[in-house]
Amino acid sequence: MTQRARNWLLIAPSGALLLVMLVLPLSFVFVFSFGERGPSGGYVPAFTLEQYANLPARWTAFKNTLILAPLGTLAALLIAYPLAYQLAVRTSPKWKTLLLVLVIVPFWTSILIRSYAWIYILGGQGIPALLGSIGIENVRLIYTPFAVTIGIIYGYLPLMVFPIYVALDRLDMRLLEASSDLGARPATTFLRVTLPLSVPGVATGCMLVFILLMGEFLIPALLGGGKVFFVGNALVDLFLQSRNWAYGSAVAFTLIVIMLITVTIYMRLIARLQTGREDVAVM
Amino acid sequence: MRLYSLVVYVFLYAPIAIIALFSFNAGRHASDFQGFSVQWYGRALNNPFVMDALETSLIVAFITATLASILGTLAAVGLQGLRGPARAIFDALIYIAVMIPGIVIGIATLIALVTVFDVMNPWIENLWGDAEGAPRLSMGRGSLIAAHTMFTMALVIIIVRARLGTLEKSLGEASADLYATPLGTFRQVTLPLIAPAVLAGFLLSFTFSFDDFIIAFFVAGSETTLPIYIFSSIRRGVTPEINAIGTMVMLASLLLLIVAQLILRRGDRK
Repeated sequence: MTQRARNWLLIAPSGALLLVMLVLPLSFVFVFSFGERGPSGGYVPAFTLEQYANLPARWTAFKNTLILAPLGTLAALLIAYPLAYQLAVRTSPKWKTLLLVLVIVPFWTSILIRSYAWIYILGGQGIPALLGSIGIENVRLIYTPFAVTIGIIYGYLPLMVFPIYVALDRLDMRLLEASSDLGARPATTFLRVTLPLSVPGVATGCMLVFILLMGEFLIPALLGGGKVFFVGNALVDLFLQSRNWAYGSAVAFTLIVIMLITVTIYMRLIARLQTGREDVAVM
Repeated sequence: MRLYSLVVYVFLYAPIAIIALFSFNAGRHASDFQGFSVQWYGRALNNPFVMDALETSLIVAFITATLASILGTLAAVGLQGLRGPARAIFDALIYIAVMIPGIVIGIATLIALVTVFDVMNPWIENLWGDAEGAPRLSMGRGSLIAAHTMFTMALVIIIVRARLGTLEKSLGEASADLYATPLGTFRQVTLPLIAPAVLAGFLLSFTFSFDDFIIAFFVAGSETTLPIYIFSSIRRGVTPEINAIGTMVMLASLLLLIVAQLILRRGDRK
């Protein structure tokens, strides 16, 4: 058997699985999005743009996703960065690994269980009751955009910390010393040396979190209580409750297109930022 | 700065601690603590619905992880020597698999399989001759395993390929010069070197499959996995029993993580 034939044989099973379980299903979504809803739900073949014309009916779900996904990503970044910096730059090597593992461990346990814990904390007998006892009455936290944002930060913080940590950990400490030897204040060193060199980590973290958030269902379902819902929640409703497959397919396909466009623009921006900084890095 | 890190760690662990604490609540009501008791652990372990769901989740996760690590490793090795458009298409598919949200994978698999099964079931009945006894294709463990394997296999390919990329090409060449067959080279040179990556892929696949709610929600049919059971219970109200299950699941994940770390460390030292 030639080497070439062997390679083909090795990738054949996974190729077949990708065709049957990825390409075929996604083609169904595309085709169904031009169809019509059957009398008792499901799908009737047709070629119409009606489903796409109806998209504004689910505008709130798209709006919530497109506001809270970037906002949640940004909030997670702002909280993760100082922690990653502390771990990578300021912690002694002896403790580094343990402290990093402690950040990542929660991510390895079910996001479902971790999210519902916030129902306790933000619910009537949690923080609002505590605030009530010091005289701040009638604070409502659960089932608000705030609750969903907290859930997002909580759920995805480990995923944000890790790539930033990796980028900062690789940082050549001599660069920081050189900067301070040349008279730069710590803040200047951070802004002009540390921060630019950690951009790849920040970019990776943001992209991972953003992609996952665009399809989020659990966090808004548990902490948004039907009031704050994402496209993911609309999809569950369309496919499992109202069984409107054609319209649901149009919503799903639109979500994919929006994601592809945002991620492409984002990657272009990051690439430009990187090449713009190349001269600094080479120095 | 230190204080800041401490606050973040409290933020990360307080919710987990609260679940563990309330799982020992003697009272029925989830949110006020009425004394210490382990009765909910007993209840959970004696609840047939919980045990069925756990069994389904474990079986699905184990088969998924096994298939994904085998198929993924084979593909990663095969892709090493492949160039041209086939390689580009395969790479694109892997990235699509990883990038597409789980929820879209779930609905796409649901509508595709239900439609295909609706077409195929009458055929099978015809071939069988007996409409009553004919096997029927339907959503269930099989479709769930297939969907989970597709996604986690893509992860395994990425992980194993990263490891393969760091290996010296000369090792394989040396092995071939010493008259090892390609299979012998793979077994005695390549496989031991990529074993940690394969194991990491296996564990990642297992954890993903065991914890996944959203894909299972669409493609599990009438089967109930543990996350589906927990989700539908929470919908009816959080009980100490759910907290006990959650605590056990988190402990099990933690143990798995520690064991994996130990194995990987030992592999590195060799």
